[in-house]
Amino acid sequence: MRSLLLAAALVVSGAAVAFAEPPKRIVVAGNGLTEIVYALGAGDRIAAVDTTSLYPKRVQDLPKVGYLRALAAEGILSLKPDLLLVTEDAGPPAVLAQMAGAGLRVVKAREGHSAEILAERVRMVGAILERGDAAGELERSLAADFAVLAKSLAASPARPRVVFVLSAGGGAPLAAGAETSAEAIFKLAGAVNAIDGYKGYKPLSAEALAGSGATAIVTVTHSLQALGGEAAMRALPQFAGAKNMRIVAFDADYLLGFGPRTAHAARDLAAALRPNETIGELPKRPWIAAQ
Amino acid sequence: MTLRPAFVASAWLLAACLAALALGPSRIPLGDVAAALLHGAGLDFDVDDRTLAIVASLRLPRMLMAALVGGMLALAGATLQGLFRNPLADPGVLGITGGATLGAVAAIFFGASAMGGAVLPLAGFAGALAAAVAVDRLARVDGRIPVASLLLSGIALESLSRALTGVLIYASDDRQLRDITLWLLGSYAGASWDRLLLIAPFAILAACTLPFFARGLDALMLGEREAGHLGIPVETMKRLAVGVAALGVGAVVSVAGPVGFVGLVVPHLVRLTHGPGHRRLIPLAAAYGAALSVAADTLARILVAPAELPVGLVTAAIGAPFFAFLIRREKRRLAA
Repeated sequence: MRSLLLAAALVVSGAAVAFAEPPKRIVVAGNGLTEIVYALGAGDRIAAVDTTSLYPKRVQDLPKVGYLRALAAEGILSLKPDLLLVTEDAGPPAVLAQMAGAGLRVVKAREGHSAEILAERVRMVGAILERGDAAGELERSLAADFAVLAKSLAASPARPRVVFVLSAGGGAPLAAGAETSAEAIFKLAGAVNAIDGYKGYKPLSAEALAGSGATAIVTVTHSLQALGGEAAMRALPQFAGAKNMRIVAFDADYLLGFGPRTAHAARDLAAALRPNETIGELPKRPWIAAQ
Repeated sequence: MTLRPAFVASAWLLAACLAALALGPSRIPLGDVAAALLHGAGLDFDVDDRTLAIVASLRLPRMLMAALVGGMLALAGATLQGLFRNPLADPGVLGITGGATLGAVAAIFFGASAMGGAVLPLAGFAGALAAAVAVDRLARVDGRIPVASLLLSGIALESLSRALTGVLIYASDDRQLRDITLWLLGSYAGASWDRLLLIAPFAILAACTLPFFARGLDALMLGEREAGHLGIPVETMKRLAVGVAALGVGAVVSVAGPVGFVGLVVPHLVRLTHGPGHRRLIPLAAAYGAALSVAADTLARILVAPAELPVGLVTAAIGAPFFAFLIRREKRRLAA
């Protein structure tokens, strides 16, 4: 029990603590956090990432420590990191405690899908990596980009109702309900989630989809490709009631990652949902590759 | 019974355990592993903190947990197959696995993973006990428990727990869903001394009592009435064996998840190689179950390092082909 308490004490939640040296070998779990570390110019200090971290492309050559909720204690320790940077979602808790007990510094970043939490994460990662200046600049750019987007949206009165569909294999498509990252990005893009009767991702019947009053279906690129493209998706009986809805697809990590690219993702989504209007483009930022 | 099979089984188990301590994603020289173990045992050996943490706090409890869980599942499987005179019996048929799964999934659903610690295993254990008591009540006819009625009650309860688990899975969010799926595959990643202390009493109780039913189980192969004529207290034996097996399986499933293959197939493996006599079958099944589980977990930790595989995948992936090979060999031997 005592070792557990000690481990819990070693897990520093969010707070920036002054350590003698900035960390040099970091294991990151959580795609948003990985992107922040890269955007702060500290990507070369990352030793390994989890399987949700897909961007920038370079991380795909790094060792993978598995899915962020199924981390392996000895596997991570074998990389000899000096910092494990994870989101609150990471786990299992027993494994995080084991690693903290073995002397590894474990830092958890707050989980959530909003511009405020994103800014908080940028500040926190900046403090830990001793990249305060870069973090301040990133935070200011993000705030400016969100402000530009909000201004364009204020000029456009339409608030399209949309449905987010995660996948549509054999059965009913999994659609995003309330309190999901999809709903959060809809809000940022000035759109309304047409599915608000439940929380999380649930199978949606063809009838409920037809009756949702949505004007567009948003999905992720790899799901759409797995179905064989837009025409193939429309041909599925599950989407029979969606004849008049447009289908819009984005990369999952871009749309739902809630990292430094989120302002641009929200702007691109807003523009895609308003084909007859012009939503001003955001400035090119170094952490955004050509989409 | 000669001592040779027992010796061979112990050697396999020992080899698997030593390999589990010596191998892992971090390369640690054998001398350091030994030094860390001796240091952990209180002797004055020089070893750095990282090595000590990995060997004494990660590998050792995990190896012990893998051995306890694998041994317990195979032990219970061998006993229940004898008791039910049914080769398809495994801890699942009593509804225990289903009950433990329902308990653990409910704990995840109501937020146990955030709580950590002992909540999840305790919920799993409570589920297993509730299932065992319910099966006992359902199956009892005039104070006796006919085997067929026990089997059917177990199946009914297993289906019911599965349905309720399904309801929880349906209502879970994305994150809980991933947790539940991974838990259902079985893993020893949460091994710690605290959890070992939680399950060891039940596993040891089972290991100390179930082998004494060997003579009774042998007699039972002739039929229930015949066993009674041979002086076996059949009803008492059934109740005790099922009770002890339920406690043990409930305890290990609640900490490790339903690790597949071991409970069902390891007893058959031993039967194929050492014959059906329970005096030999029960202890050998426990030893080989433990060895298979420890070896599988070592592979699970190494194969995809620095990540790791759920151990249930590995037990089935190495166990099933080996089992198929044994069946073929046996068939050829019988044909010859």
